Amino acid sequence: MALLRRRHSVLPGFGLTMGYTLLYLSLIVLIPLTALFVKTAGLTAGEFWATVSNPRVVASYKLTFGTSLIAATINAVFGLIVAWTLVRYRFPGKRLVDAMVDLPFALPTAVSGIALTAIYAGNGWIGQYLEPLGIKVAFTSLGIIVAMTFIGLPFVVRTLEPALQDLEREHEEAAAILGASRWQTFLFVILPAILPALLTGFALAFARALGEYGSVVFISGNMPMRTEITSLLIISKLEQYDTAGATALATVMLLASFSILFAINALQWWLGRRYQGGL
Amino acid sequence: MSTATALSVANPTEVYTETETEVVTPPVVQSATSEPWWVRWILIAVSVSFLLFFLFIPLAAVFAEALRKGLGTYVSSLRDPNAWSAIQLTVITALIAVPTNLVFGLAAAWSIAKFEFPGKSLLITLIDIPFAISPVVSGLIYVLMFGAQSSLGPWLSSHGIQIIFAVPGIVLATIFVTFPFVARELIPLMQEQGTEEEQAAISLGASGWQTFWRVTLPNVKWALLYGVILSNARAMGEFGAVSVVSGHIRGKTNTMPLHVEILYNEYNFVAAFAVASLLALLALVTLALKSLVEWQMHRQSLETSPSEEA
Repeated sequence: MALLRRRHSVLPGFGLTMGYTLLYLSLIVLIPLTALFVKTAGLTAGEFWATVSNPRVVASYKLTFGTSLIAATINAVFGLIVAWTLVRYRFPGKRLVDAMVDLPFALPTAVSGIALTAIYAGNGWIGQYLEPLGIKVAFTSLGIIVAMTFIGLPFVVRTLEPALQDLEREHEEAAAILGASRWQTFLFVILPAILPALLTGFALAFARALGEYGSVVFISGNMPMRTEITSLLIISKLEQYDTAGATALATVMLLASFSILFAINALQWWLGRRYQGGL
Repeated sequence: MSTATALSVANPTEVYTETETEVVTPPVVQSATSEPWWVRWILIAVSVSFLLFFLFIPLAAVFAEALRKGLGTYVSSLRDPNAWSAIQLTVITALIAVPTNLVFGLAAAWSIAKFEFPGKSLLITLIDIPFAISPVVSGLIYVLMFGAQSSLGPWLSSHGIQIIFAVPGIVLATIFVTFPFVARELIPLMQEQGTEEEQAAISLGASGWQTFWRVTLPNVKWALLYGVILSNARAMGEFGAVSVVSGHIRGKTNTMPLHVEILYNEYNFVAAFAVASLLALLALVTLALKSLVEWQMHRQSLETSPSEEA
Protein backbone atom coordinates (compact mmCIF):
# COMPACT_ATOMS: atom_id res chain seq x y z
CA MET A 1 0.00 0.00 0.00
CA ALA A 2 3.01 2.28 0.44
CA LEU A 3 3.17 2.40 -3.35
CA LEU A 4 -0.18 4.13 -3.42
CA ARG A 5 0.81 7.14 -1.40
CA ARG A 6 -0.99 10.05 -2.99
CA ARG A 7 0.05 13.59 -3.59
CA HIS A 8 -1.73 16.20 -1.54
CA SER A 9 -5.24 16.91 -2.82
CA VAL A 10 -8.20 18.79 -1.38
CA LEU A 11 -10.67 16.25 -2.75
CA PRO A 12 -11.89 13.66 -0.24
CA GLY A 13 -12.54 9.98 -0.65
CA PHE A 14 -9.25 8.66 -2.02
CA GLY A 15 -8.76 6.07 0.70
CA LEU A 16 -12.32 4.80 0.51
CA THR A 17 -12.60 4.56 -3.27
CA MET A 18 -9.08 3.19 -3.78
CA GLY A 19 -9.61 0.64 -1.04
CA TYR A 20 -12.91 -0.48 -2.51
CA THR A 21 -11.45 -0.60 -6.03
CA LEU A 22 -8.55 -2.80 -4.95
CA LEU A 23 -10.74 -5.06 -2.82
CA TYR A 24 -13.34 -5.59 -5.53
CA LEU A 25 -10.70 -6.04 -8.23
CA SER A 26 -8.91 -8.65 -6.10
CA LEU A 27 -12.07 -10.58 -5.20
CA ILE A 28 -13.60 -10.68 -8.67
CA VAL A 29 -10.56 -10.77 -10.97
CA LEU A 30 -7.16 -11.25 -9.37
CA ILE A 31 -7.79 -14.04 -6.85
CA PRO A 32 -9.84 -16.24 -9.24
CA LEU A 33 -7.15 -15.74 -11.92
CA THR A 34 -4.49 -16.75 -9.43
CA ALA A 35 -6.50 -19.92 -8.77
CA LEU A 36 -5.96 -20.83 -12.42
CA PHE A 37 -2.20 -20.42 -12.17
CA VAL A 38 -2.02 -22.25 -8.82
CA LYS A 39 -3.94 -25.14 -10.32
CA THR A 40 -1.64 -25.20 -13.36
CA ALA A 41 1.44 -25.07 -11.14
CA GLY A 42 0.07 -28.16 -9.37
CA LEU A 43 0.42 -30.16 -12.58
CA THR A 44 3.77 -31.79 -13.33
CA ALA A 45 5.54 -30.56 -16.46
CA GLY A 46 4.96 -33.96 -18.06
CA GLU A 47 1.20 -33.91 -17.39
CA PHE A 48 0.92 -30.37 -18.64
CA TRP A 49 2.86 -31.08 -21.80
CA ALA A 50 0.95 -34.30 -22.50
CA THR A 51 -2.34 -32.39 -22.30
CA VAL A 52 -1.39 -29.36 -24.34
CA SER A 53 0.42 -31.32 -27.06
CA ASN A 54 -2.19 -34.05 -27.56
CA PRO A 55 -2.88 -34.35 -31.34
CA ARG A 56 -6.59 -33.49 -30.92
CA VAL A 57 -5.64 -30.41 -28.92
CA VAL A 58 -2.97 -29.35 -31.41
CA ALA A 59 -5.53 -29.71 -34.21
CA SER A 60 -7.83 -27.39 -32.25
CA TYR A 61 -5.04 -24.77 -31.86
CA LYS A 62 -4.35 -24.84 -35.59
CA LEU A 63 -8.05 -24.52 -36.39
CA THR A 64 -8.73 -21.75 -33.85
CA PHE A 65 -5.61 -19.80 -34.75
CA GLY A 66 -6.02 -20.19 -38.52
CA THR A 67 -9.71 -19.31 -38.66
CA SER A 68 -9.21 -16.35 -36.30
CA LEU A 69 -6.40 -15.05 -38.48
CA ILE A 70 -8.49 -15.34 -41.66
CA ALA A 71 -11.52 -13.73 -39.99
CA ALA A 72 -9.44 -10.84 -38.63
CA THR A 73 -7.92 -10.29 -42.09
CA ILE A 74 -11.37 -10.22 -43.72
CA ASN A 75 -12.44 -7.73 -41.05
CA ALA A 76 -9.36 -5.56 -41.59
CA VAL A 77 -10.10 -5.27 -45.34
CA PHE A 78 -13.87 -4.79 -45.16
CA GLY A 79 -13.73 -2.90 -41.88
CA LEU A 80 -11.45 -0.34 -43.55
CA ILE A 81 -13.93 0.07 -46.42
CA VAL A 82 -16.88 0.37 -44.01
CA ALA A 83 -15.07 2.88 -41.78
CA TRP A 84 -13.95 4.88 -44.82
CA THR A 85 -17.46 5.12 -46.28
CA LEU A 86 -18.93 6.00 -42.88
CA VAL A 87 -16.40 8.78 -42.23
CA ARG A 88 -15.90 10.22 -45.70
CA TYR A 89 -19.15 9.77 -47.65
CA ARG A 90 -22.81 10.62 -47.24
CA PHE A 91 -25.45 8.22 -48.40
CA PRO A 92 -29.06 7.44 -47.52
CA GLY A 93 -29.45 5.28 -44.44
CA LYS A 94 -25.93 6.04 -43.23
CA ARG A 95 -27.00 6.65 -39.65
CA LEU A 96 -28.81 3.30 -39.53
CA VAL A 97 -25.79 1.53 -41.01
CA ASP A 98 -23.56 3.25 -38.46
CA ALA A 99 -25.72 2.09 -35.55
CA MET A 100 -25.92 -1.46 -36.93
CA VAL A 101 -22.13 -1.87 -36.97
CA ASP A 102 -22.31 -2.50 -33.22
CA LEU A 103 -24.87 -5.29 -33.57
CA PRO A 104 -22.28 -8.04 -32.93
CA PHE A 105 -21.48 -6.37 -29.58
CA ALA A 106 -25.14 -6.15 -28.63
CA LEU A 107 -26.47 -9.45 -29.94
CA PRO A 108 -25.89 -12.36 -27.53
CA THR A 109 -23.39 -14.78 -29.06
CA ALA A 110 -25.74 -17.76 -28.79
CA VAL A 111 -28.32 -15.87 -30.85
CA SER A 112 -25.84 -14.96 -33.57
CA GLY A 113 -24.62 -18.56 -33.53
CA ILE A 114 -28.02 -20.15 -34.22
CA ALA A 115 -28.97 -17.38 -36.68
CA LEU A 116 -25.81 -17.84 -38.76
CA THR A 117 -26.27 -21.62 -38.68
CA ALA A 118 -29.87 -21.27 -39.90
CA ILE A 119 -28.79 -19.02 -42.79
CA TYR A 120 -25.83 -21.08 -43.96
CA ALA A 121 -27.32 -24.57 -43.46
CA GLY A 122 -28.12 -26.49 -46.66
CA ASN A 123 -31.74 -25.29 -46.62
CA GLY A 124 -30.98 -21.78 -45.29
CA TRP A 125 -31.41 -18.42 -47.01
CA ILE A 126 -27.82 -18.29 -48.26
CA GLY A 127 -26.80 -21.93 -47.85
CA GLN A 128 -29.34 -23.14 -50.45
CA TYR A 129 -27.51 -21.14 -53.13
CA LEU A 130 -24.01 -22.06 -51.98
CA GLU A 131 -24.52 -25.80 -51.56
CA PRO A 132 -25.27 -26.50 -55.28
CA LEU A 133 -21.98 -24.73 -56.02
CA GLY A 134 -20.23 -27.23 -53.76
CA ILE A 135 -19.58 -24.68 -51.01
CA LYS A 136 -20.55 -25.99 -47.60
CA VAL A 137 -20.42 -23.33 -44.88
CA ALA A 138 -22.34 -24.68 -41.89
CA PHE A 139 -20.52 -27.45 -39.96
CA THR A 140 -17.19 -26.74 -41.70
CA SER A 141 -14.27 -24.47 -40.89
CA LEU A 142 -15.74 -21.96 -43.36
CA GLY A 143 -18.68 -21.58 -40.97
CA ILE A 144 -16.27 -20.90 -38.09
CA ILE A 145 -14.69 -18.13 -40.18
CA VAL A 146 -18.13 -16.63 -40.89
CA ALA A 147 -19.02 -16.58 -37.18
CA MET A 148 -15.65 -15.10 -36.20
CA THR A 149 -15.93 -12.43 -38.90
CA PHE A 150 -19.36 -11.51 -37.57
CA ILE A 151 -18.21 -10.99 -33.99
CA GLY A 152 -14.95 -9.22 -34.89
CA LEU A 153 -16.36 -6.65 -37.32
CA PRO A 154 -17.08 -3.74 -34.92
CA PHE A 155 -13.53 -3.81 -33.49
CA VAL A 156 -11.88 -2.78 -36.77
CA VAL A 157 -14.54 -0.24 -37.75
CA ARG A 158 -14.71 1.45 -34.36
CA THR A 159 -10.91 1.60 -33.98
CA LEU A 160 -10.43 3.06 -37.46
CA GLU A 161 -13.21 5.68 -37.37
CA PRO A 162 -11.50 8.13 -34.96
CA ALA A 163 -8.17 7.70 -36.79
CA LEU A 164 -9.83 8.55 -40.11
CA GLN A 165 -11.63 11.54 -38.59
CA ASP A 166 -8.37 12.89 -37.18
CA LEU A 167 -6.63 12.83 -40.57
CA GLU A 168 -5.74 16.32 -41.69
CA ARG A 169 -7.00 17.11 -45.16
CA GLU A 170 -4.00 19.39 -45.67
CA HIS A 171 -1.71 16.38 -46.05
CA GLU A 172 -3.89 15.00 -48.82
CA GLU A 173 -4.07 18.41 -50.49
CA ALA A 174 -0.29 18.71 -50.34
CA ALA A 175 0.07 15.25 -51.90
CA ALA A 176 -2.36 16.21 -54.68
CA ILE A 177 -0.52 19.48 -55.35
CA LEU A 178 2.75 17.58 -55.57
CA GLY A 179 1.20 15.50 -58.32
CA ALA A 180 0.19 12.31 -56.52
CA SER A 181 -2.80 10.41 -57.86
CA ARG A 182 -5.64 9.67 -55.42
CA TRP A 183 -4.48 6.07 -55.14
CA GLN A 184 -0.89 7.15 -54.43
CA THR A 185 -2.18 9.59 -51.82
CA PHE A 186 -4.10 6.77 -50.16
CA LEU A 187 -1.18 4.37 -50.27
CA PHE A 188 1.61 6.75 -49.19
CA VAL A 189 -0.17 9.41 -47.11
CA ILE A 190 -3.40 8.04 -45.66
CA LEU A 191 -2.54 4.39 -45.09
CA PRO A 192 0.68 5.01 -43.10
CA ALA A 193 -1.23 7.42 -40.84
CA ILE A 194 -4.03 4.96 -40.06
CA LEU A 195 -1.87 1.81 -40.04
CA PRO A 196 -1.44 1.67 -36.23
CA ALA A 197 -5.21 1.95 -35.76
CA LEU A 198 -5.79 -0.68 -38.45
CA LEU A 199 -3.33 -3.05 -36.76
CA THR A 200 -4.93 -2.41 -33.35
CA GLY A 201 -8.37 -3.19 -34.76
CA PHE A 202 -6.99 -6.31 -36.42
CA ALA A 203 -5.40 -7.47 -33.16
CA LEU A 204 -8.59 -6.83 -31.17
CA ALA A 205 -10.70 -8.74 -33.70
CA PHE A 206 -8.14 -11.55 -33.70
CA ALA A 207 -8.10 -11.75 -29.89
CA ARG A 208 -11.88 -11.82 -29.74
CA ALA A 209 -12.06 -14.56 -32.38
CA LEU A 210 -9.48 -16.72 -30.54
CA GLY A 211 -11.59 -16.85 -27.41
CA GLU A 212 -15.01 -16.89 -29.06
CA TYR A 213 -17.31 -19.70 -28.02
CA GLY A 214 -21.03 -18.94 -28.27
CA SER A 215 -21.37 -18.00 -31.91
CA VAL A 216 -18.94 -20.67 -33.11
CA VAL A 217 -20.19 -23.85 -31.41
CA PHE A 218 -23.49 -23.92 -33.25
CA ILE A 219 -22.13 -23.44 -36.77
CA SER A 220 -18.93 -25.48 -36.41
CA GLY A 221 -20.45 -28.93 -35.97
CA ASN A 222 -17.69 -29.74 -33.42
CA MET A 223 -16.08 -32.72 -35.15
CA PRO A 224 -12.88 -33.80 -33.32
CA MET A 225 -9.69 -33.03 -35.27
CA ARG A 226 -11.66 -31.08 -37.89
CA THR A 227 -14.03 -28.42 -36.57
CA GLU A 228 -13.38 -28.46 -32.83
CA ILE A 229 -12.14 -25.14 -31.40
CA THR A 230 -10.00 -24.91 -28.26
CA SER A 231 -12.73 -23.25 -26.15
CA LEU A 232 -15.00 -26.20 -26.84
CA LEU A 233 -12.28 -28.67 -25.82
CA ILE A 234 -12.01 -26.88 -22.46
CA ILE A 235 -15.75 -27.31 -21.92
CA SER A 236 -15.77 -30.97 -22.93
CA LYS A 237 -12.82 -31.69 -20.60
CA LEU A 238 -14.76 -30.02 -17.78
CA GLU A 239 -17.83 -32.08 -18.56
CA GLN A 240 -15.69 -35.23 -18.26
CA TYR A 241 -14.49 -33.93 -14.85
CA ASP A 242 -10.97 -33.53 -16.26
CA THR A 243 -10.38 -30.23 -14.43
CA ALA A 244 -6.60 -30.54 -14.73
CA GLY A 245 -6.79 -30.89 -18.51
CA ALA A 246 -9.22 -27.99 -18.82
CA THR A 247 -6.92 -25.85 -16.68
CA ALA A 248 -3.85 -26.65 -18.80
CA LEU A 249 -5.69 -25.64 -22.00
CA ALA A 250 -7.07 -22.51 -20.35
CA THR A 251 -3.54 -21.50 -19.36
CA VAL A 252 -2.38 -21.81 -22.97
CA MET A 253 -5.30 -19.69 -24.17
CA LEU A 254 -4.77 -17.14 -21.41
CA LEU A 255 -1.10 -16.75 -22.34
CA ALA A 256 -2.11 -16.30 -25.99
CA SER A 257 -4.62 -13.56 -25.17
CA PHE A 258 -2.20 -11.82 -22.78
CA SER A 259 0.48 -11.73 -25.49
CA ILE A 260 -2.01 -10.12 -27.87
CA LEU A 261 -3.03 -7.61 -25.20
CA PHE A 262 0.64 -6.81 -24.68
CA ALA A 263 1.14 -6.37 -28.44
CA ILE A 264 -1.85 -4.00 -28.61
CA ASN A 265 -0.48 -1.91 -25.73
CA ALA A 266 2.94 -1.73 -27.40
CA LEU A 267 1.21 -0.67 -30.60
CA GLN A 268 -0.69 2.08 -28.85
CA TRP A 269 2.47 3.29 -27.19
CA TRP A 270 4.05 3.44 -30.65
CA LEU A 271 0.98 5.27 -31.95
CA GLY A 272 1.15 7.84 -29.15
CA ARG A 273 4.86 8.45 -29.76
CA ARG A 274 4.33 8.85 -33.49
CA TYR A 275 1.63 11.45 -32.99
CA GLN A 276 3.73 13.38 -30.51
CA GLY A 277 6.87 13.32 -32.59
CA GLY A 278 5.99 13.18 -36.27
CA LEU A 279 2.81 15.13 -36.83
CA MET B 1 -20.93 17.21 -54.61
CA SER B 2 -17.20 17.66 -54.77
CA THR B 3 -17.64 21.37 -54.16
CA ALA B 4 -20.01 20.59 -51.31
CA THR B 5 -17.38 18.50 -49.53
CA ALA B 6 -14.81 21.19 -50.11
CA LEU B 7 -17.23 23.71 -48.63
CA SER B 8 -18.01 21.56 -45.63
CA VAL B 9 -14.34 21.63 -44.74
CA ALA B 10 -14.02 25.35 -45.28
CA ASN B 11 -17.29 26.39 -43.70
CA PRO B 12 -17.85 25.15 -40.15
CA THR B 13 -21.61 25.74 -40.13
CA GLU B 14 -21.92 23.09 -42.81
CA VAL B 15 -20.95 20.46 -40.24
CA TYR B 16 -24.01 21.12 -38.10
CA THR B 17 -26.57 21.16 -40.90
CA GLU B 18 -25.43 17.82 -42.25
CA THR B 19 -28.39 15.87 -43.59
CA GLU B 20 -28.60 12.18 -44.28
CA THR B 21 -30.72 12.43 -47.40
CA GLU B 22 -28.05 13.75 -49.71
CA VAL B 23 -27.14 11.33 -52.45
CA VAL B 24 -23.74 11.07 -54.06
CA THR B 25 -23.98 12.51 -57.57
CA PRO B 26 -21.34 12.62 -60.29
CA PRO B 27 -19.11 15.66 -59.74
CA VAL B 28 -18.75 18.35 -62.31
CA VAL B 29 -15.17 19.02 -61.35
CA GLN B 30 -13.03 16.30 -59.75
CA SER B 31 -11.81 17.47 -56.35
CA ALA B 32 -8.19 16.66 -55.58
CA THR B 33 -8.96 15.21 -52.14
CA SER B 34 -11.90 13.01 -52.98
CA GLU B 35 -12.40 9.95 -55.11
CA PRO B 36 -14.09 9.78 -58.53
CA TRP B 37 -17.83 9.22 -58.20
CA TRP B 38 -17.69 5.63 -59.41
CA VAL B 39 -15.07 4.74 -56.80
CA ARG B 40 -17.33 6.20 -54.12
CA TRP B 41 -20.26 4.22 -55.41
CA ILE B 42 -18.31 0.98 -55.49
CA LEU B 43 -16.98 1.50 -51.95
CA ILE B 44 -20.42 2.33 -50.59
CA ALA B 45 -21.92 -0.67 -52.40
CA VAL B 46 -19.21 -3.00 -51.05
CA SER B 47 -19.58 -1.70 -47.52
CA VAL B 48 -23.39 -1.81 -47.47
CA SER B 49 -23.59 -5.28 -48.99
CA PHE B 50 -20.95 -6.62 -46.59
CA LEU B 51 -22.99 -5.33 -43.66
CA LEU B 52 -26.18 -6.61 -45.24
CA PHE B 53 -24.79 -10.14 -45.48
CA PHE B 54 -23.10 -10.20 -42.12
CA LEU B 55 -25.46 -8.13 -39.95
CA PHE B 56 -28.92 -7.55 -41.39
CA ILE B 57 -29.58 -11.05 -42.73
CA PRO B 58 -28.70 -12.87 -39.47
CA LEU B 59 -30.88 -10.45 -37.52
CA ALA B 60 -33.82 -10.90 -39.90
CA ALA B 61 -33.33 -14.67 -39.78
CA VAL B 62 -33.90 -14.72 -36.00
CA PHE B 63 -37.36 -13.19 -36.35
CA ALA B 64 -38.25 -15.16 -39.50
CA GLU B 65 -37.37 -18.48 -37.86
CA ALA B 66 -39.21 -17.55 -34.66
CA LEU B 67 -42.41 -16.79 -36.58
CA ARG B 68 -42.07 -19.70 -39.01
CA LYS B 69 -45.04 -21.58 -37.53
CA GLY B 70 -47.15 -18.52 -36.88
CA LEU B 71 -47.73 -16.13 -34.06
CA GLY B 72 -49.65 -18.69 -31.95
CA THR B 73 -46.69 -21.09 -31.71
CA TYR B 74 -44.40 -18.13 -31.07
CA VAL B 75 -46.42 -16.90 -28.11
CA SER B 76 -46.96 -20.37 -26.65
CA SER B 77 -43.22 -21.15 -26.77
CA LEU B 78 -42.59 -17.99 -24.79
CA ARG B 79 -45.23 -18.93 -22.23
CA ASP B 80 -43.50 -22.19 -21.44
CA PRO B 81 -42.64 -22.21 -17.69
CA ASN B 82 -38.98 -23.06 -18.36
CA ALA B 83 -38.66 -20.16 -20.77
CA TRP B 84 -40.29 -17.90 -18.21
CA SER B 85 -37.93 -18.96 -15.42
CA ALA B 86 -34.97 -18.42 -17.78
CA ILE B 87 -36.20 -14.88 -18.43
CA GLN B 88 -36.53 -14.27 -14.70
CA LEU B 89 -33.05 -15.59 -13.93
CA THR B 90 -31.56 -13.43 -16.70
CA VAL B 91 -33.22 -10.30 -15.35
CA ILE B 92 -32.22 -11.07 -11.74
CA THR B 93 -28.60 -11.69 -12.78
CA ALA B 94 -28.43 -8.40 -14.66
CA LEU B 95 -30.09 -6.59 -11.74
CA ILE B 96 -27.30 -7.77 -9.44
CA ALA B 97 -24.32 -7.59 -11.81
CA VAL B 98 -24.93 -4.19 -13.37
CA PRO B 99 -25.38 -2.15 -10.14
CA THR B 100 -22.39 -3.79 -8.42
CA ASN B 101 -20.18 -2.97 -11.40
CA LEU B 102 -21.66 0.52 -11.53
CA VAL B 103 -20.61 1.22 -7.94
CA PHE B 104 -17.18 -0.24 -8.66
CA GLY B 105 -16.86 1.82 -11.84
CA LEU B 106 -17.63 5.05 -9.97
CA ALA B 107 -15.21 4.24 -7.14
CA ALA B 108 -12.44 3.24 -9.55
CA ALA B 109 -12.96 6.29 -11.75
CA TRP B 110 -12.97 8.66 -8.78
CA SER B 111 -9.73 7.31 -7.34
CA ILE B 112 -7.96 7.00 -10.70
CA ALA B 113 -9.13 10.20 -12.38
CA LYS B 114 -9.12 12.63 -9.48
CA PHE B 115 -5.88 11.66 -7.72
CA GLU B 116 -2.25 11.10 -8.67
CA PHE B 117 -0.50 7.96 -7.52
CA PRO B 118 2.20 5.62 -8.85
CA GLY B 119 1.05 2.44 -10.54
CA LYS B 120 -2.00 4.10 -12.06
CA SER B 121 -1.57 2.70 -15.55
CA LEU B 122 -0.99 -0.78 -14.12
CA LEU B 123 -4.28 -0.49 -12.24
CA ILE B 124 -6.10 0.57 -15.43
CA THR B 125 -4.61 -2.43 -17.26
CA LEU B 126 -5.72 -4.78 -14.45
CA ILE B 127 -9.28 -3.43 -14.66
CA ASP B 128 -9.31 -4.22 -18.39
CA ILE B 129 -8.21 -7.85 -17.89
CA PRO B 130 -11.69 -9.44 -18.09
CA PHE B 131 -12.04 -8.14 -21.66
CA ALA B 132 -8.89 -10.00 -22.67
CA ILE B 133 -9.96 -13.35 -21.25
CA SER B 134 -12.08 -15.71 -23.29
CA PRO B 135 -15.58 -16.37 -21.89
CA VAL B 136 -14.95 -20.06 -21.31
CA VAL B 137 -11.79 -19.35 -19.29
CA SER B 138 -13.71 -16.69 -17.31
CA GLY B 139 -16.20 -19.33 -16.24
CA LEU B 140 -13.48 -21.89 -15.58
CA ILE B 141 -11.62 -19.74 -13.04
CA TYR B 142 -14.72 -19.71 -10.82
CA VAL B 143 -15.08 -23.47 -11.14
CA LEU B 144 -11.45 -23.73 -9.95
CA MET B 145 -12.18 -21.36 -7.06
CA PHE B 146 -15.48 -22.73 -5.79
CA GLY B 147 -16.05 -26.09 -7.53
CA ALA B 148 -16.21 -29.48 -5.81
CA GLN B 149 -12.52 -30.17 -6.55
CA SER B 150 -11.26 -26.78 -5.34
CA SER B 151 -9.69 -26.20 -1.95
CA LEU B 152 -12.74 -24.18 -0.89
CA GLY B 153 -15.11 -26.86 -2.23
CA PRO B 154 -15.34 -29.20 0.81
CA TRP B 155 -15.77 -26.27 3.22
CA LEU B 156 -18.53 -24.75 1.07
CA SER B 157 -20.44 -28.01 0.73
CA SER B 158 -20.17 -28.78 4.45
CA HIS B 159 -21.83 -25.42 5.11
CA GLY B 160 -24.51 -26.07 2.51
CA ILE B 161 -23.33 -23.28 0.23
CA GLN B 162 -23.46 -24.03 -3.47
CA ILE B 163 -21.88 -21.56 -5.85
CA ILE B 164 -20.99 -23.56 -8.95
CA PHE B 165 -23.95 -25.07 -10.85
CA ALA B 166 -26.14 -22.59 -8.95
CA VAL B 167 -27.28 -19.00 -9.22
CA PRO B 168 -24.35 -17.41 -7.29
CA GLY B 169 -21.89 -18.84 -9.82
CA ILE B 170 -23.92 -17.42 -12.71
CA VAL B 171 -23.99 -14.01 -11.05
CA LEU B 172 -20.25 -14.09 -10.32
CA ALA B 173 -19.35 -15.08 -13.89
CA THR B 174 -21.62 -12.33 -15.22
CA ILE B 175 -20.02 -9.74 -12.92
CA PHE B 176 -16.62 -10.86 -14.20
CA VAL B 177 -17.40 -10.50 -17.91
CA THR B 178 -19.09 -7.09 -17.45
CA PHE B 179 -16.51 -5.87 -14.93
CA PRO B 180 -14.71 -3.14 -16.96
CA PHE B 181 -17.62 -1.60 -18.92
CA VAL B 182 -18.62 1.28 -16.62
CA ALA B 183 -15.10 1.96 -15.36
CA ARG B 184 -13.55 2.21 -18.80
CA GLU B 185 -16.23 4.67 -19.96
CA LEU B 186 -15.81 6.87 -16.88
CA ILE B 187 -12.03 6.90 -16.35
CA PRO B 188 -10.94 8.68 -19.57
CA LEU B 189 -13.82 11.19 -19.37
CA MET B 190 -13.20 12.07 -15.72
CA GLN B 191 -9.46 12.36 -16.36
CA GLU B 192 -10.17 14.77 -19.18
CA GLN B 193 -12.53 16.85 -17.02
CA GLY B 194 -9.86 17.36 -14.36
CA THR B 195 -10.53 18.42 -10.79
CA GLU B 196 -11.08 22.20 -11.04
CA GLU B 197 -14.87 22.04 -10.68
CA GLU B 198 -14.68 19.68 -7.70
CA GLN B 199 -12.00 21.83 -6.06
CA ALA B 200 -14.21 24.91 -6.51
CA ALA B 201 -17.16 23.10 -4.92
CA ILE B 202 -15.06 21.93 -1.95
CA SER B 203 -13.56 25.38 -1.38
CA LEU B 204 -17.07 26.87 -1.43
CA GLY B 205 -17.91 24.58 1.46
CA ALA B 206 -19.60 21.60 -0.19
CA SER B 207 -19.08 18.21 1.41
CA GLY B 208 -17.52 15.35 -0.52
CA TRP B 209 -20.91 13.73 -1.17
CA GLN B 210 -22.47 17.01 -2.28
CA THR B 211 -19.59 17.58 -4.67
CA PHE B 212 -19.96 14.09 -6.07
CA TRP B 213 -23.76 14.27 -6.51
CA ARG B 214 -24.01 17.84 -7.76
CA VAL B 215 -20.78 18.36 -9.71
CA THR B 216 -19.16 15.10 -10.76
CA LEU B 217 -22.22 12.95 -11.45
CA PRO B 218 -24.03 15.46 -13.73
CA ASN B 219 -20.80 15.83 -15.73
CA VAL B 220 -20.48 12.11 -16.39
CA LYS B 221 -24.13 11.02 -16.48
CA TRP B 222 -24.21 10.16 -20.20
CA ALA B 223 -20.97 8.20 -20.10
CA LEU B 224 -22.30 6.40 -17.03
CA LEU B 225 -25.53 5.51 -18.82
CA TYR B 226 -23.51 4.36 -21.83
CA GLY B 227 -21.49 1.98 -19.67
CA VAL B 228 -24.67 0.69 -17.99
CA ILE B 229 -26.37 0.02 -21.35
CA LEU B 230 -23.37 -1.91 -22.67
CA SER B 231 -22.87 -3.93 -19.50
CA ASN B 232 -26.57 -4.75 -19.29
CA ALA B 233 -26.55 -6.09 -22.86
CA ARG B 234 -23.53 -8.25 -22.10
CA ALA B 235 -24.92 -9.38 -18.73
CA MET B 236 -28.19 -10.56 -20.26
CA GLY B 237 -26.55 -12.14 -23.29
CA GLU B 238 -23.44 -13.80 -21.87
CA PHE B 239 -23.19 -17.41 -22.95
CA GLY B 240 -19.72 -18.96 -22.67
CA ALA B 241 -18.80 -18.01 -19.10
CA VAL B 242 -22.28 -18.70 -17.74
CA SER B 243 -22.46 -21.99 -19.61
CA VAL B 244 -19.39 -23.29 -17.74
CA VAL B 245 -20.71 -22.48 -14.26
CA SER B 246 -24.43 -23.06 -14.69
CA GLY B 247 -24.84 -26.83 -14.84
CA HIS B 248 -27.81 -26.34 -17.22
CA ILE B 249 -30.56 -27.29 -14.78
CA ARG B 250 -33.85 -26.50 -16.45
CA GLY B 251 -36.10 -24.05 -14.69
CA LYS B 252 -33.34 -23.43 -12.11
CA THR B 253 -29.96 -22.40 -13.49
CA ASN B 254 -30.84 -21.65 -17.09
CA THR B 255 -30.47 -18.12 -18.34
CA MET B 256 -32.07 -17.11 -21.64
CA PRO B 257 -29.01 -17.77 -23.83
CA LEU B 258 -28.56 -21.20 -22.19
CA HIS B 259 -32.23 -21.97 -22.70
CA VAL B 260 -31.83 -21.09 -26.39
CA GLU B 261 -29.00 -23.64 -26.61
CA ILE B 262 -30.99 -26.41 -24.91
CA LEU B 263 -34.03 -25.89 -27.12
CA TYR B 264 -31.86 -25.72 -30.22
CA ASN B 265 -30.00 -28.93 -29.39
CA GLU B 266 -33.39 -30.64 -28.93
CA TYR B 267 -34.28 -29.58 -32.49
CA ASN B 268 -37.05 -27.39 -31.06
CA PHE B 269 -36.02 -24.62 -33.46
CA VAL B 270 -39.13 -22.45 -33.31
CA ALA B 271 -39.00 -22.25 -29.51
CA ALA B 272 -35.23 -21.62 -29.58
CA PHE B 273 -35.63 -18.77 -32.03
CA ALA B 274 -38.61 -17.40 -30.09
CA VAL B 275 -36.48 -16.96 -26.97
CA ALA B 276 -33.61 -15.74 -29.19
CA SER B 277 -35.93 -13.12 -30.71
CA LEU B 278 -36.42 -11.58 -27.26
CA LEU B 279 -32.64 -11.31 -26.92
CA ALA B 280 -32.44 -9.84 -30.43
CA LEU B 281 -35.06 -7.24 -29.45
CA LEU B 282 -32.94 -6.44 -26.42
CA ALA B 283 -29.96 -5.95 -28.75
CA LEU B 284 -31.96 -3.57 -30.95
CA VAL B 285 -33.14 -1.56 -27.94
CA THR B 286 -29.53 -1.47 -26.75
CA LEU B 287 -28.34 -0.12 -30.12
CA ALA B 288 -31.07 2.52 -30.20
CA LEU B 289 -30.35 3.70 -26.63
CA LYS B 290 -26.64 3.66 -27.36
CA SER B 291 -27.06 5.91 -30.42
CA LEU B 292 -29.26 8.24 -28.38
CA VAL B 293 -26.70 8.50 -25.59
CA GLU B 294 -23.85 8.97 -28.09
CA TRP B 295 -25.81 11.86 -29.58
CA GLN B 296 -26.31 13.39 -26.14
CA MET B 297 -22.61 12.98 -25.32
CA HIS B 298 -21.72 14.65 -28.60
CA ARG B 299 -24.08 17.54 -27.81
CA GLN B 300 -22.65 17.91 -24.32
CA SER B 301 -19.09 18.03 -25.66
CA LEU B 302 -20.19 20.69 -28.18
CA GLU B 303 -21.72 22.77 -25.40
CA THR B 304 -18.62 22.66 -23.25
CA SER B 305 -16.14 23.21 -26.08
CA PRO B 306 -17.85 24.66 -29.16
CA SER B 307 -14.60 25.71 -30.80
CA GLU B 308 -13.22 22.17 -30.82
CA GLU B 309 -15.67 20.83 -33.40
CA ALA B 310 -15.39 23.77 -35.77
